[in-house]
Amino acid sequence: MSLEQSYINLYQAHRESLIATSPEVMNTMRDEAIGVFAQKGFPTRKVEDYRYVDVPQAFDGKDTYMMPLPTLPLNSNKQSVISLNDESLLRRYYAKTADSEDAITALNTAFSHECICIHVCKNQTLDRPIELTDTFTSDEDQMEHKRVLIVLEEGASASIMLRYAANNKMHILTTQVVEVFVGDNAHLEMYELEETHTSCTRFNQVYIQVGRYATVKHNNITLFNGLTRNTIKACLKGEYSEVTLNGCVMADKSQVVDNNTLIRHEVPNCTSHELYKYVVDEQAVGAFAGKVYVAEGAQKTVSEEVNQNICASNDARMYTQPMLEIYADDVKCSHGSTVGKLDEMALFYMRQRGIPLAEARMLLMQAFVGQVIDEIPIAPLRDRLHIMIEQRLKGELDKCVGCARCK
Amino acid sequence: MLEIKNLHAKVDGKEILKGVNLTIRDGEIHALMGTNGAGKSTLSNVIVGNPKYEVTEGTITFNGKDLLAMSPEERSHEGVFMSFQMPVEIPGVSMTNFMRAAVNARREALGQEPLKATDFLKLIRDTQKLVDIDKKLVSRSVNEGFSGGEKKRNEIFQMAMLQPTFCILDETDSGLDVDALRVVAEGFNRLRTEQTSALVITHYQRLLDYIRPDFIHVLLDGKIVKTAGAELAKEIEERGFDWIKE
Repeated sequence: MSLEQSYINLYQAHRESLIATSPEVMNTMRDEAIGVFAQKGFPTRKVEDYRYVDVPQAFDGKDTYMMPLPTLPLNSNKQSVISLNDESLLRRYYAKTADSEDAITALNTAFSHECICIHVCKNQTLDRPIELTDTFTSDEDQMEHKRVLIVLEEGASASIMLRYAANNKMHILTTQVVEVFVGDNAHLEMYELEETHTSCTRFNQVYIQVGRYATVKHNNITLFNGLTRNTIKACLKGEYSEVTLNGCVMADKSQVVDNNTLIRHEVPNCTSHELYKYVVDEQAVGAFAGKVYVAEGAQKTVSEEVNQNICASNDARMYTQPMLEIYADDVKCSHGSTVGKLDEMALFYMRQRGIPLAEARMLLMQAFVGQVIDEIPIAPLRDRLHIMIEQRLKGELDKCVGCARCK
Repeated sequence: MLEIKNLHAKVDGKEILKGVNLTIRDGEIHALMGTNGAGKSTLSNVIVGNPKYEVTEGTITFNGKDLLAMSPEERSHEGVFMSFQMPVEIPGVSMTNFMRAAVNARREALGQEPLKATDFLKLIRDTQKLVDIDKKLVSRSVNEGFSGGEKKRNEIFQMAMLQPTFCILDETDSGLDVDALRVVAEGFNRLRTEQTSALVITHYQRLLDYIRPDFIHVLLDGKIVKTAGAELAKEIEERGFDWIKE
């Protein structure tokens, strides 16, 4: 039996219980989604978008996995910003921007049974950032399919962090689809912070749709993980908008982090920025593929994309692939990518001043990725992340340091 | 304090030092002069343990200990300091974090507790005044965007923070105008104690007008070919090195 067939069988076995516990909108898409998955199969390395990570292997041999847990104890009051399975919101937005032809997204659509909804109403400004922490807790190996929907109506503004943590060492396989709608004149700062463990495998697909005169800043920070694939696709659908996709990665041991981003300029007069920085050490593997697509007629597009990486050991590997695809003639687009080692002159300079080699390496790595953190506008978050990175490099990141709850 | 015997060293496979002998006692200032490529910077880099340089023969002892067996950081903890000819820019590492790491690493090696944050900041403030360095420089990334003069002044600031017993000034005068040179040299003189020794590497007499050496050595083609008192600098300034070769 093929790997795909085992997932299809799993779906058939649980279809009834999924349907019984899920909102109607989610159920209407399941059968079609599993059909797409059956037709496409897991992408192999031959598929351009997935060439840096072995997807079938990541999904293989997981037949001990349990099916999804009961519903999360979340407020389902429709008046609150965060709710679970807000049916009217789901009817308007669910699966409207996710790529239904992507096999992993389809698998998620087939299996997910609840959706966390964040809804910021028209002209509403959230005066405090929202942080949602997803802590993987299980006594057994487990597979989970998660779904998040974020909607900022016209003129709304919010800062939202999705944090992924794990509090034991069981093998966890998750797929997650996050759909984000940012209306005209709306402003979103979004953070995704992963600090899980080496036996976590995550496939995270983020789809962002942006209206007119809107701004979106997406910060994607991977501090600790097993195998992670983030797919981040932002689509500019209204003029005079701005998208920033930033990210930093610290990986060592045999961790794998693959970030695949796409910024689509579908209309004129939009701006996009992208800055991704990686430090890969020991036997870790990092991959970055960033495409900026400028559609025909999307004149006056301004876009800059930078990916800088350090391979701190001889065994670490880094793949980088910046791409521009431009069908308009009056645009200003740049992209650049570097892979280097730690600066040996700087290391020697620090050692001459008495700083031990290990600490000198740490200071340089911290400084390198720190540039991404320095661009974060929320000062307490910036400070907390700097501390977390320092702790991470010292090997002390086994709980969420700098966070009020864990003090 | 420092004793170098029959030192041979290579860089990129090429032999540069071909048997250097040099003894520096407590409190002495030695100047090292010589043509470009004679091996002056190689000698200073070998003393501080730059991994790019390979010692093939000879010994260096420092206060009776085998210096060549130590890592660069251990040599620093023993009290060896080099003011770099070209100080390195380290973007993203603040001077404060850099100095805190350096000061506390040295204290740890000496079996002392790390400095408290308030004591450390006070040390920074006091030292800053002592060597007359702009406050703003101390709050920036290490050497990033500093002018040539600011970089050299920053070297003296770091020297003051770490209080070494043996200092190498590797062409500290290069790229400095006369005023900056005086400030840096005066800074060094103020930091000296009776025990502090130094090896001053320079092309010109200028710096030696401010930092009076007890001895001047001429290094040519990887060997010290002449040693004399401070008056030698003036003669070299007038006549060059050719007469020594002959």
